[in-house]
Amino acid sequence: MFATARSENRAVLLPYLTAGIPNPRDSVELFVAMSDAGADGFEVGIPYADPLMDGPIIMEAGEQALASGVTVDVALDIASQVASRTGKPVVMMTYVNPVLRMGVGTFFDKVNNAGACGVILADLPVDEAAPFLAEAVQRGMGLALFAAPTTDAARLEAVVAADPAFVYAIAEVGVTGEREKASANVEGLASRIRDRSDVPIVFGVGISTPDHAAKAAKVGDGVIVGTAIVRRVLEADTTRAATAELSKAVKELAAAVRRPST
Amino acid sequence: MKLNRPDQAGRFGAFGGSFAPETLMPALGGLESAFTDAWADDTFHAQLEHLLATFVGRPTPVYHAERMSRRLGIDLWLKREDLAHTGAHKINNTVAQGLLTKRMGKPRVIAETGAGQHGVATATACALLGLECAVYMGEKDIERQALNVYRMRLLGAEVIPVSTGAGTLKDAVSAALRDWVASVETTHYIIGSVVGPHPFPWMVREFQKVIGEELRTQLDGSPGHPAPQTIVAPVGGGSNAMGVFYPYAGDPDVDLVGVEAAGLGISSGKHGASLGHGSPGVLHGAMTYMLQDDFGQVLEAHSISAGLDYPGVGPEHSYFKDEELVRYESVTDDEAVEAFHLLCRLEGIIPALESSHALAWIIRESVALQDRTVVLNLSGRGDKDVQQIAAMYD
Repeated sequence: MFATARSENRAVLLPYLTAGIPNPRDSVELFVAMSDAGADGFEVGIPYADPLMDGPIIMEAGEQALASGVTVDVALDIASQVASRTGKPVVMMTYVNPVLRMGVGTFFDKVNNAGACGVILADLPVDEAAPFLAEAVQRGMGLALFAAPTTDAARLEAVVAADPAFVYAIAEVGVTGEREKASANVEGLASRIRDRSDVPIVFGVGISTPDHAAKAAKVGDGVIVGTAIVRRVLEADTTRAATAELSKAVKELAAAVRRPST
Repeated sequence: MKLNRPDQAGRFGAFGGSFAPETLMPALGGLESAFTDAWADDTFHAQLEHLLATFVGRPTPVYHAERMSRRLGIDLWLKREDLAHTGAHKINNTVAQGLLTKRMGKPRVIAETGAGQHGVATATACALLGLECAVYMGEKDIERQALNVYRMRLLGAEVIPVSTGAGTLKDAVSAALRDWVASVETTHYIIGSVVGPHPFPWMVREFQKVIGEELRTQLDGSPGHPAPQTIVAPVGGGSNAMGVFYPYAGDPDVDLVGVEAAGLGISSGKHGASLGHGSPGVLHGAMTYMLQDDFGQVLEAHSISAGLDYPGVGPEHSYFKDEELVRYESVTDDEAVEAFHLLCRLEGIIPALESSHALAWIIRESVALQDRTVVLNLSGRGDKDVQQIAAMYD
């Protein structure tokens, strides 16, 4: 996915949506609509009760999903439908504890069986990642590791040395949520990673608008937009309205991650 | 050596570690260096000891509870952390972390609070040291601990209500961590217990172990100062218990007993007994015993005592449990309230509801404890709980 995008002089667009909103049945339709509108792949959120990296919008989505019975298995079932209906890469996002509770090996097996290709765990720093990486690699799957604007050189070295599927580059210091201004961190962070490795760089956190996405896409291989997508679903009165809103937003974002030829 | 912990990865055996968003990891590393450096620096120790002696009021006394001893048929002593400034052991940690905040050059402090004791102690340290202070507190706790909310505001702290989840301690910790993810470059998080990612459980234990170290010199086995045979402390996150237990851990002559909240009864599912009835998982950045469902979702705890109303516990307690260095028991809300009244009337001491749990276990087990020298870590005073108790009898 990243190689193709590089050859096309663009970054990939990976919208994030919590599995099971607005309800487990309609959830898949929203992903399909985003696929039709030009998303390159998806980050599917498995809801967690205590999401330390998430702001109020994604927290609210997680609470709604949990209340409607979205367990890890239900989320993986949704992801499996998304993967088969869109034919596009799906990455699962959650927190460490549900994975530990299920068993790390079992979790990766289930993710693999669902047809998802990778995993993002928001509270798993490189320091604790070894057992998770081993299970991922064993199955030919990817686990993302993180780099934040606060990450120093020594930590960056460790992240790159662990050879993750991609580096989730955290664009803003803070929890997930929309920001007014485009991140001032993306260029510096990208070049600090690039100086050390050719690993794909995917920017997330605080990327809310096509303008933000374009700036991140200029220096990264991928862009994740989460809260701006989730908010549109929470605000919509009907699934039909949510679908229309997401189609429009993803179309604009997908255009933005294509770099202008110079 | 079982007590030479944590290791370099912040692990106490299988427990602890740092499961935190990457954004925080450099700050946790920086905190570890700053603490290691300060803890090896005589100047820092001198500053801290001066404040502990002149501001906090250490050493806190050990009191021989004679009427209670006669009633129960045991030799009961109280380690009077309730007499420390602000009314609980929490100040030991906040003054020390406040000094460390100054040393790191950060102008702002955040904290979480359940019963409000840690919030008050943090607000106090910040007023003393000229630091900006914001305290996260669950809405339910704001309601049941109104006095402490007002005290924090008097001390110049901003109290930020947390409405997520059940509006209790777990939610306050989560909200403080979310704030810290955004403010980490200018802000230090003074966590209130031996919980959280490395280096917090280790650092807070080091700041609280003064309780047990004092007790060792106060009850040293000399005439009139019998050495403890059993030491009992309440366990929510577990900082007062760790503080009094740590200097005795592994001592074959002393039984250590941590008392968790059984709430409405363990079988009701409404309790806070993470060690007794939880299972290992990751909560607030550390691997530890916690209350969780079959899917790894954190469960709400319940206790009449806001300070014990927490679904996790410090990772070193989890290690102590598995190594059988400490026994962990639990008592119900009702038992704790009964013990609260008994101490008021027999000794003229109004204990915190947290401490009342430890006393309730002693009362329940008094036959088995017959003639033993028992020390109760009286972690805090109960003024904050008086309104709540009064409301029960309206």
